[in-house]
Formats: sequence, structure tokens, C-alpha cells
Amino acid sequence: MKEVRLIKAAPAFTEVITLSAKKPFRVNQLIEKNIKWLFPLPTGLFIFLMMIFPVLYTFYVSLTDWDMISGGRISFIGLDNYVNLLKEPRFFNSIKLTLYFTIMAVGIEVVLGVAIALILNRDFRGKNLVKLILLLPMVATPVAIGLAWTLFYEPTIGLGNYALKLLGLPASQWLGSSKMVIPSLALVDIWEWTPMITLIVLAGLASLPQEAFEAALVDGATPLQIIRDVTLPLLRPTILIALVLRCIDALKTFDIIYVMTTGGPGFASETLNIYAYNLSFNYFRFGAASAALVALFTLVLACNLLVLWMRKTYEL
Amino acid sequence: MKKRWDQVGWNEVKRIKWKEIGWYLLVIMITIPFIFPLIWIIAAAFKTQAQIVASPPIWIFKPTLNNFKSVFMEQDFARFLWNSSVVAVASTVLSLLLGLPAAYSISRYKQQTLGVFILVARLMPGISFLMPWYILFSKIRMVDTFSALIASHMLVALPLIVWIMINYFDGLPRELEESARVDGCSIQTAFLRILLPISGPGIITATTLSFLFSWNNFMFSLVLSTHRTKTLPIAIYNFVSYAEVSWGNVMAAAVVIITPAIILTMIFQRYVIKGLTVGAVKG
Repeated sequence: MKEVRLIKAAPAFTEVITLSAKKPFRVNQLIEKNIKWLFPLPTGLFIFLMMIFPVLYTFYVSLTDWDMISGGRISFIGLDNYVNLLKEPRFFNSIKLTLYFTIMAVGIEVVLGVAIALILNRDFRGKNLVKLILLLPMVATPVAIGLAWTLFYEPTIGLGNYALKLLGLPASQWLGSSKMVIPSLALVDIWEWTPMITLIVLAGLASLPQEAFEAALVDGATPLQIIRDVTLPLLRPTILIALVLRCIDALKTFDIIYVMTTGGPGFASETLNIYAYNLSFNYFRFGAASAALVALFTLVLACNLLVLWMRKTYEL
Repeated sequence: MKKRWDQVGWNEVKRIKWKEIGWYLLVIMITIPFIFPLIWIIAAAFKTQAQIVASPPIWIFKPTLNNFKSVFMEQDFARFLWNSSVVAVASTVLSLLLGLPAAYSISRYKQQTLGVFILVARLMPGISFLMPWYILFSKIRMVDTFSALIASHMLVALPLIVWIMINYFDGLPRELEESARVDGCSIQTAFLRILLPISGPGIITATTLSFLFSWNNFMFSLVLSTHRTKTLPIAIYNFVSYAEVSWGNVMAAAVVIITPAIILTMIFQRYVIKGLTVGAVKG
């Protein structure tokens, strides 16, 4: 009997609630209905304002003759900046150096990184400490690291030449020589980012199916055979992704190069990034700089598309 | 056939031991090159100029605090430290506010287009935005303001946070919100009250990395912060534009910049690794 009475009382009670809470209830419903739009809207707006709009603006500026001399008067000159860029030896030099730096740095990073990961791939005391040490070069501020390496590379007082002397090798000019400057910079990048490959590969190794290894062991394969015929083939997609991600970052390297050489000696380490920076902020040739920027992000965008395509093909 | 432990001969124990020791030596040889430059920087920060430039290098010395004194007394480093902290914290917090709901909706409603834009923003070279930003911010007189600097750092932080959190939300079962919805919760309440509280690990990863990237950012600050908003990386870079470099001061400044990053990494090691490798390995 009691229960029935309770149920009868209930409608009146809920009515009171809906009446008093009518407004917030509606707002809530409105938010819920449009949540697909409302949740990503601020981010979308921000991305538009800070990324898409600037990129479109760069395209526009790349079609004008805007520089310090033209001052306020900007005129539309079509594709002239691109044509001039293609006639500019410094531009091709910078593309060449960017690729040289990237291929050298990333190539060595991948080989070293995978090798270190294969060595560390077991349980041992102090594994977390080793991982922490590997993390430090990546999280340490690149500007500070660049300056420290500048000191190491200093020809008379630096550790670099001291080490060469101990090994009985002739001293090097490091950053001062146009032949050695890119390898010297690549070495800093290798120091910073080899651990990245190692950590990615270690995570990849942890997710490999154990059956394949057990089968290989049963067949009596030696450790080296297992690495060559089982581990590396299974790791291939992981290594590929790590490689492409590193390539994209290495193509964009700015901090250490700018801090250590600002593109010198001469233009011997002026990568595309540094070239575009110099055009914009040292010569204030905004039109020409924009054309170089378009070239740069076309290059990086191509790499991005490669990543997207790879994610689809390898289902990563 | 496996031997019982008491049947293993002394020679075998010795062989296993030597193999172990050799392996540990190899690991030490691998780690030394990665830690050595950092140790050298820290040591140099406590040396005098003469000790730093000495050749052959000096390994044992009486530490001095003079470099740190001059960095903080003569160079106003306390202010740059404050500026860097403000920019890093503000850009991280704002990016979380914008990014968490966006990541949730991209994850749940499979909004691929926005996802691709976020990925592109994450992979684009920063320099391609720098020149247009500089021109536009100059026009509205916003160069050297905290707002412009924070906004620029957010373009690094936001895509990073969204990217990490999409991966994280993808791994959470939908049943969590669905049962909350059955109980009469709206989607936004379910997101706030149910999903966010259990997303701690993902949020810690995203926050730590976003803070680190802003803390270390050089390129955007180089152009967008000149005097008032000068951050640590710019301050240390200015040291070497003088004719004679005081290496002791540079190294002390380097220690001041690197230490917070290292401490953060030590505390959140697991999360930093996760964040740096996310997207490269599934899961």
C-alpha cells in the first residue's frame, strides 16, 4: 500500500523539478545536441587563426614584391619570386644541405638506435636508470645543448680536439670548416635523437608476438639468426614509422644550427629552414622568404602525406 | 636436459657471471656518451673561466658559485625564469582547456578531417608560421606581448595534447559513458565527471610534454619576444652574441634552464617516454 502511494506522489514532484530547472536543462540539451560541433570548435578556430590563415597569407605574400625597400607599397608580381628562387644558387645549396644533414643524421640514428634497443631488450637491474639517461638529451633545452657543443667544438680549448689528440688523430676545425660543419651538427642531432629511435623500438619490441621467438628457439636458431630473420622483419613497420618521424623533425632542425653556426661558415650550413629565416628576419625580403617557405612546407607536407599513407598501408 | 642447481659446476657459474659482467660493461659504454656532455655542462658551471678553457681539461677542481651569482645578479635571470614559467604554464593550461574536449569529440565521432589538420599542425615546420605571425602581430602591435608568445607556443602544445589524448580516449571503453547516459547524465557531464577523472595518465603525459616543449622553445620566442617577455632560451642565446664569451656564465645559465626539464622528466619518466613514442607504436 505504501509503495503505491509513493508512486502516485512522484509525478507532481518531478514536475516541480523540471519547472525550476527548466532553463539550465534546456542549455544542457542544446549543448548535448551540438556537442559534435561545440567540443572541437575552439580548437578548430585556433588552428584556423594560427595555422591555416598564416599559411594562406604566406601564399599571398609569396606572390608580391614585399621587402624592406618597397616599404608600404606592395605590388603583385605573380610567380616572379618562385622563378627567382629557382635561379638562386643559395636556395639549391640549402636544399642540398638540408637533405645531406637529414640523411646523415637520421641514417646513423636509426642504425645506432635499433642496435641499442636490441641490446637493452631484456630485464635487468637499472633498466629505468638507463632509460632516464637516454631521455635526458631529448628533453634538455636545445639552445643550451647547442652552446655546450659549441664549446666542445672550439678548436683550441674544446674537448673535441683534445679527444682527437688522445686518439692520435689530427685536429679538426669542426664548425669552422665548411666540410666538417654539417657532420659536426649532425653529430649533435645524433646525440639528441638516437634515444628516440631506441625508445620507439623498445616499445615495439615489447609488443611483438612471443610465439615467433619460441618457434625460432625450438628450431635451434642462434641469437643473431633470430635478430636477422625474426626480430628485424617483425619490427620493420615500427622502424619505418620511427624513421619517417625522425626525418620530418630533422628536416625542420633549427635551434642547434642557428645557435651554433647561423648557417655559416659562409653558407656551408645554411639549411632551408635557416635560409628562410635569414630571408625573413635578416634581409626582410618577405616576398622571397614566403616563396622559400612554400617550398619548405611542400617538402614537409610530402613527408606528412607519406606518413599518413604508411599508417593506412601498415595499419599503424 | 636442465641441470639441477646443485649440479651446476663452478666453471659454468663463472662463465655466466663473466657474460653478465661483459653485458653490463657494454650497457655502461652505451650510456656514457649520452650522459657525459650533461655532466660536463654541470661541472663547467662550477668552474672559473680559466679552468674551463684549460687544455688538457681539468677533472678535479674546487667548485665556485660565482657563475650562478653573476647570472642571477647581473643578468636578471630570475625575471627570465619567471617569463618562461608563465608562458609554459599558460600555454599548457589553455591548450588543455581547448584540446581535451576536441580530442574527445574527434575520438568518439571519428572526425577525421580535423584529426588530419591537427596532425599537419604537429608536423609542419614552425618557421612557416613565424614570418606571417610576425607581420600580423606587428600590425596589431602584439610583438613582445605575453598573449602573442603564449598563442605561438600553443600551436605546438595544442596539436600535441590533442594527438596524445585522441590515442588515450580511443583506448577507453565507450560503455563508461553509455552507462552514465542511461543514468540520465548528459554527454558533457559524463565527459567531465566520468571520463576526465580516469584519464589521469593521458593528461599527465600531455601536460608534461607540452610544458617541456614550451620551456625549450627557441624559434618562436626568438622572433616574438624581444625585451619584456624574454624567455630563458633567448636570454642564454644573447650571452654569446657578445664579443667575448663568458663560458662559465653560459654553462651556469644552461644548468638553470635544463634542471627543471630534467627534474620533470625524472618524476614523470614513464609518461614522457609514452608521449614521445605515441603515434609511433600502436597502443
